[in-house]
Amino acid sequence: MQWETVIGLEIHAQLATRSKIFSASATTFGAEPNTQASLVDLGMPGVLPVLNEEAVRMAVTFGLAIEAEIGRRNVFARKNYFYPDLPKGYQTSQMDHPVVGKGFLDITLDDGTVKRIGITRAHLEEDAGKSLHEDFQGMSGIDLNRAGTPLLEIVSEPDIRSAKEAVAYVKAIHALVRYLGICDGNMAEGSLRCDCNVSVRPKGQEAFGTRAEIKNVNSFRFIEKAINHEVQRQIELIEDGGKVVQETRLYDPNKDETRSMRSKEEANDYRYFPCPDLLPVVIEDAFLDTVRASLPELPTEKRERFQSQFGLSAYDASVLSASREMADYFEQVQQACGDAKLAANWVMVELSSLLNREGLEIEQSPVSAGQLGGMILRIKDDTISGKIAKMVFEALAAGEGASADEIIEKKGLKQVTDAGAIEAMLDEVLAANAEQVDQYRAADEAKRGKMFGFFVGQAMKASKGKANPGQVNQLLKKKLEG
Amino acid sequence: MALERSDVEKIAHLARLGLNEAEIPRTTDTLNSILGLVDAMQAVDTDGIEPLAHPLEATQRLRPDAVTEANHRDDYQAIAPAVENGLYLVPKVIE
Repeated sequence: MQWETVIGLEIHAQLATRSKIFSASATTFGAEPNTQASLVDLGMPGVLPVLNEEAVRMAVTFGLAIEAEIGRRNVFARKNYFYPDLPKGYQTSQMDHPVVGKGFLDITLDDGTVKRIGITRAHLEEDAGKSLHEDFQGMSGIDLNRAGTPLLEIVSEPDIRSAKEAVAYVKAIHALVRYLGICDGNMAEGSLRCDCNVSVRPKGQEAFGTRAEIKNVNSFRFIEKAINHEVQRQIELIEDGGKVVQETRLYDPNKDETRSMRSKEEANDYRYFPCPDLLPVVIEDAFLDTVRASLPELPTEKRERFQSQFGLSAYDASVLSASREMADYFEQVQQACGDAKLAANWVMVELSSLLNREGLEIEQSPVSAGQLGGMILRIKDDTISGKIAKMVFEALAAGEGASADEIIEKKGLKQVTDAGAIEAMLDEVLAANAEQVDQYRAADEAKRGKMFGFFVGQAMKASKGKANPGQVNQLLKKKLEG
Repeated sequence: MALERSDVEKIAHLARLGLNEAEIPRTTDTLNSILGLVDAMQAVDTDGIEPLAHPLEATQRLRPDAVTEANHRDDYQAIAPAVENGLYLVPKVIE
């Protein structure tokens, strides 16, 4: 039987506010346990939450970016469950009236086609603390620093049909929240986490199959592996005559399998009700206008502009617009050198491989956009060849000079374009290889190509790479055949 | 709608309330009388009336995003039954 996969994702993005959603504690990652947990975060009796304006602004920013209806009057609700890292006994969240309503995000698939993924809603809520289960003589340790960190939970429609599409969607959300500056996107630190609702159905069937939810998958690679594994598990189960049960599962990356965590039917009774401690949040026109005016250029807009303004290929434009930092860097290089194609090549090839090698993000690049742009100018005006430029680039990366010009000057890398000097150098090379010259002249046309390459190599070596390659080719041909 | 004993047992479990044998029927009766009041309110015609999220005719005030809380961990943990390395210790919660 042919099976179709149906996936819906819930993404939790920690909003990049300084303070928590309902208290004035810091949200800094990695602080000493419980040093950022106030009376409000600890759920002490008698405290009241006060909503952080910035969290609301960030949620509205996201809503506008996905062209969603904004909940002009949104309401907080209590989601009740017991767990020690949730000291109040409920999570303050939103249920019937979320801040962000129905919207969508377009994703680009591997084959270049664009698919629209519906976003059901996005709501504000608070993060829970962390439980540590090892090393406490049979007890669990609780760190409430994370409790109360603002989260935006982004719920997709079940529009996703494969693990690859799921990854493309999460990457698009990841890029978007970073563009908007509302989440740092650090998945290893849990700033962006993903729950995957996965089901399968016979191809052509309209009704959805029973779904399982894989909780808290924290990398792009694991999302793909966890979903693929879960799809396989469900198909095998059904084909063996079994039934998928609705439940929460955990992905174990070490074993590459999902396993049952708890049955959702039992645990799902959260008894939501409107939170009496918080009044309805009204989004005024003026607030909405201010947020709309502050929206930056979004990834899709940037990609399209890179193609139309700079004539870049769809692939280059999508790589260069993948993150705001990358796009900004590229545009600075382009501005400095006035050549978008060369700028794109250098950023995507030499710079990317340097960053990969050193394990750095582009904002930590040892070569600044201004330095790279300045170096490309020297390629364009024939001061250096592309090959020498790689040496200059490495020298810039190693901090051997403040600019390409300084390095070219200091190392004497200026390209030799003086025809007389090149001819004199070629004469020496040919004299030193007289035997090969005779062979070349005796050889037929078909064999000459490869032999010619030998002389070019010798000449470039003799000039330490500094002779203009075009001139070397031209003059060498004249000398050998003339 | 009237609650059965099993409903009350389930709600008690979700709320982590330990009701003894004598308390279960008493709680069932009390809850059912509250639900009776709710039924009476349900019977009121509310057509054309907007649902109420909060009894106050006011909207939520927002707070500027500033960190003003200092670290008072030692004070807060002074009343905790068990702490270690800055963590609150609780009975093990993982199976």
